[in-house]
Amino acid sequence: MFDALFGRLTWDDLKPLELLHSQSINTLVGAGAALAAVIAAIAVVVLLTVTRRWTWLFKEWLTSVDHKKIGIMYIVLGFVMMARGIFEGVAMRTHQATAYQGGVLSAEHWAELFSTHGTIMIFFVAMPFITGFMNYLIPLQIGARDMAFPVLNLISLALTATGAALLMISLVIGKFETGGWTAYPPFTGADFDPGPGPDYWVWAIVISGFGSMFSGLNFAVTIYKMRAPGMKYLRMPVFTWTALCTSILLVFALPPLTIAGLMQALDRYLDFHFFTNDLGGNMMNYANLFWMFGHPEVYILILPAYGIFSELTTTFAAKPLYGYTSLVIATMSIAVVSFCVWLHHFFTMGQSPSINAAFGIATAVIAIPTGVKVYVWMATLWGGRIRFTTPMVYMVGFFILFTIGGFSGIILANPAINWQVHNTQFIVAHFHNVLLPGLIFGIFAGIHIWFPKAFGFRLHETAGKITACLWIVGFCMTFLPLYVVGLLGYPRRSAAYDDPAFIPYMIVTMLGAFVLLSAFVGLIATLWISIRKRDELAVPLGDPWDGRTLEWATPSPPPHWNFAVIPHISSRDAFVREKSEGKPYVLPEEYVDIHMPSNTWAGIVVLVTTTALGFALTWWIWWLAILSFVVLFLWFAADSFREHRGEIIPASTVRTAHQAWIEAVELSEPITRDDEDTPANRGYAKTDIVIAS
Amino acid sequence: MRDISDEERAERRQYTLGLILSIVLTAASFGIVILDVLPRGWVIPAIIVLALAQIVVHLRIFLHIDLTRQKREDLQLLLFTLLLLGIMAFGTLWILANLADRM
Amino acid sequence: MSEQGTNPHPGMNLGYDGGEKAAEVTIFGFWTFLMSDLVTFGLVFAVFGTMTGATAGGPGPEEVTDLRSIAIQTALLLGSSFAFSWASLSMKYHGGRLHMLGFLALAATSALGFLIFELIDLLHLVEIGAVPQRSGYLSALWALVCLHGLHVAGGLLWMGGMTLQILLFGLTDQIKSRVTRMGLYWHFLDIVWVGIFSMVYLAGVA
Repeated sequence: MFDALFGRLTWDDLKPLELLHSQSINTLVGAGAALAAVIAAIAVVVLLTVTRRWTWLFKEWLTSVDHKKIGIMYIVLGFVMMARGIFEGVAMRTHQATAYQGGVLSAEHWAELFSTHGTIMIFFVAMPFITGFMNYLIPLQIGARDMAFPVLNLISLALTATGAALLMISLVIGKFETGGWTAYPPFTGADFDPGPGPDYWVWAIVISGFGSMFSGLNFAVTIYKMRAPGMKYLRMPVFTWTALCTSILLVFALPPLTIAGLMQALDRYLDFHFFTNDLGGNMMNYANLFWMFGHPEVYILILPAYGIFSELTTTFAAKPLYGYTSLVIATMSIAVVSFCVWLHHFFTMGQSPSINAAFGIATAVIAIPTGVKVYVWMATLWGGRIRFTTPMVYMVGFFILFTIGGFSGIILANPAINWQVHNTQFIVAHFHNVLLPGLIFGIFAGIHIWFPKAFGFRLHETAGKITACLWIVGFCMTFLPLYVVGLLGYPRRSAAYDDPAFIPYMIVTMLGAFVLLSAFVGLIATLWISIRKRDELAVPLGDPWDGRTLEWATPSPPPHWNFAVIPHISSRDAFVREKSEGKPYVLPEEYVDIHMPSNTWAGIVVLVTTTALGFALTWWIWWLAILSFVVLFLWFAADSFREHRGEIIPASTVRTAHQAWIEAVELSEPITRDDEDTPANRGYAKTDIVIAS
Repeated sequence: MRDISDEERAERRQYTLGLILSIVLTAASFGIVILDVLPRGWVIPAIIVLALAQIVVHLRIFLHIDLTRQKREDLQLLLFTLLLLGIMAFGTLWILANLADRM
Repeated sequence: MSEQGTNPHPGMNLGYDGGEKAAEVTIFGFWTFLMSDLVTFGLVFAVFGTMTGATAGGPGPEEVTDLRSIAIQTALLLGSSFAFSWASLSMKYHGGRLHMLGFLALAATSALGFLIFELIDLLHLVEIGAVPQRSGYLSALWALVCLHGLHVAGGLLWMGGMTLQILLFGLTDQIKSRVTRMGLYWHFLDIVWVGIFSMVYLAGVA
């Protein structure tokens, strides 16, 4: 009876209870983290109840299909998961600093840490961040009112959140897998790890993978079909271009991951033999499938960051992008070539040198378009009137550090060298070196740029700059020493080492990890200070940085319908054109009713049912699995019988809002770039831009 | 019976043509295997060619992928998909076959 | 098919109002989804291709292939696809609700027949011990065939739902758009089956 009800779940799987039996460091860290997560969750519930925010939460956010709100929710999700990821990083570095012939944590706990850290950082931090940015920006930049499929957009968010939820549940109930974020079988197969760990991984990845695929589909169709009249492909903002390429990658790169995950599930649940050691199974198939996803994934993550850096350089150098077309071509070639390099993740698997050479060359080739980009940014900055704002600090860090990371990638593209450093800390240094200065710096720079758009006030510059410097310093301390210990032969993922020469380096990386933690705190502090000073930082008029693209042609925050009238585009950098012609803020001749999709419970239904489904499958609670699947299916079947009228926003409402904004603009004084960082900046820019030809 | 317009009749003819072509191509595939008429090394290439031909027929006639302007985006997407799938599938077979050889 | 004018796909006859733009976006989105699905099928094919030799001493292609049954399944699925195209013609040229539903029913029945024959085949495999747990080859075979079979079964459920909606609401623009997408899906599955009977079964026994 108990088994039927709870599957293989027992009381012993509740991790916080372990504290009752043992108070070793392992339990304190593991069970303590679980307890902290539970307490944090309870605190959020209590807070929402005390402040009576539940209705607000549901009405304004969780059921909203507004792409701007969905984008913000993605980024919030990313930050929540990032908090855990960073704490795990700190725990890991502390362990490594003491790992000479031992270490504070057990080998099992250490393995669990690097597995969750990788899985979280890639799938539930980096992915939500970029998806959030694309969500927020694509419709605004192309002059659309929403995504092509707003409800699907919310469902994608729910599926991503389900994956994150399963990861958080695995912290409290049972344990996660120990095979790294790639979860290679047969180590994660039923023979070696029958426990719930790999199942958590499989369902978190497969379910959120569907979400990512649908996001990609949604973005691609939005960019293809929903652009404002006159916005030809070569007039699209660069961020939109990178978003388009990322979306295409998402549509085509997620299937291999889904297949690999589901085949792994078939092996584990139904005793199939895809990746087992016996009866014809072949784990090399898994490595192959996983990296067919894994490599495009790298570019899925980095391309939007490239887009952000492109927007950043043009904005803060007040110049049109140098070499727009080559940047676009470079982005597209990266998108295609990224499907031709996956084997460089397993040069040592045993295939013939000619295959290694082919993929090694392809890998080196992909550095060319990336190099083109770096030159494009440098040429854009050259001769510009650069303002050294917080995003520019990130940009400088990115420039230098990312180039180093890129070079280490080219070194790794050579199969002969790769054999030497394969599976060492050198690899860890390399991918953190591209992902942190590349993706994460890009995201934080982007947050500084677009936060005022989303919330109507700027982030505090001084706090932001200090935080940015902490990130840069923290990164250098934490990851650059890993190149050295990697070359000295320290294998990645090993719980202990025998060479005392590593110790000083590992102590530096531990200190670096604490700097990174303080940088994360700095980020929260920046936010806190900015909220406190939001009145003097307010930029309601919408254009705090003398922006170039259409999103700056709206008030901050933009209204639900984005644009009072859909703009007609006649050139690249559409808002620059309007400003140069002296008519950025004009009243249209007439307003029309706007048709917007209405709120839906679809997201919450998907979140609840798929989380229950994933949890039930992980713990073999079959009745719950069937029930949640049936509920999910029936809800959507029933929903297809309802008519979705959406809501009409009357022209008068649009007119009132739009006119109020134009009036506010007319009443204020435009400010020059010298006053950008003063309370005089209300978001009305006196343009300082060289006009695009 | 209602009147059938010329347009509809033309489309019906198209679909019927598609059906007949599919039947012929399928029958040819099965025939090659069952009747064993081709030399050994030719059978699998022949099956592949016939299958590809039939897929083109299906795409053209049942899925209406063609070269007219409104369909071009569909066609481009399909070709792009086939390019990527080709790279991935060919790469998989190449790598795994090579590994199997060297085991 | 140049005579179709501006209609993006057969069955689309929505006039020139705002509905058409929306329908075009939806259909393009669905087409993108199918392309993603195509990659999924393609890669399962590729995995199958890498595992053709992995019989581990168990039943091989000769034992698992019943060409007569495969031929029948092929005919049924092709027939279903053809009947569906007749249904969409009927929808496009206002053949009347029941006229269209008749062809839809024909398509569904034919596909149901396909599934029944496939199921009989699979049961036979279980009988001779050719279960997926036996070898990597059989794992891949079952996964590929069942993935397609589940798609067909899903399509049947969809057809059932659409039939109900057509009876309830008539052929509204919304429903026409859905039927069009269903058509794409249905013909797409037939293409996948061409790959399966050629590469899995015929090439297996050749």
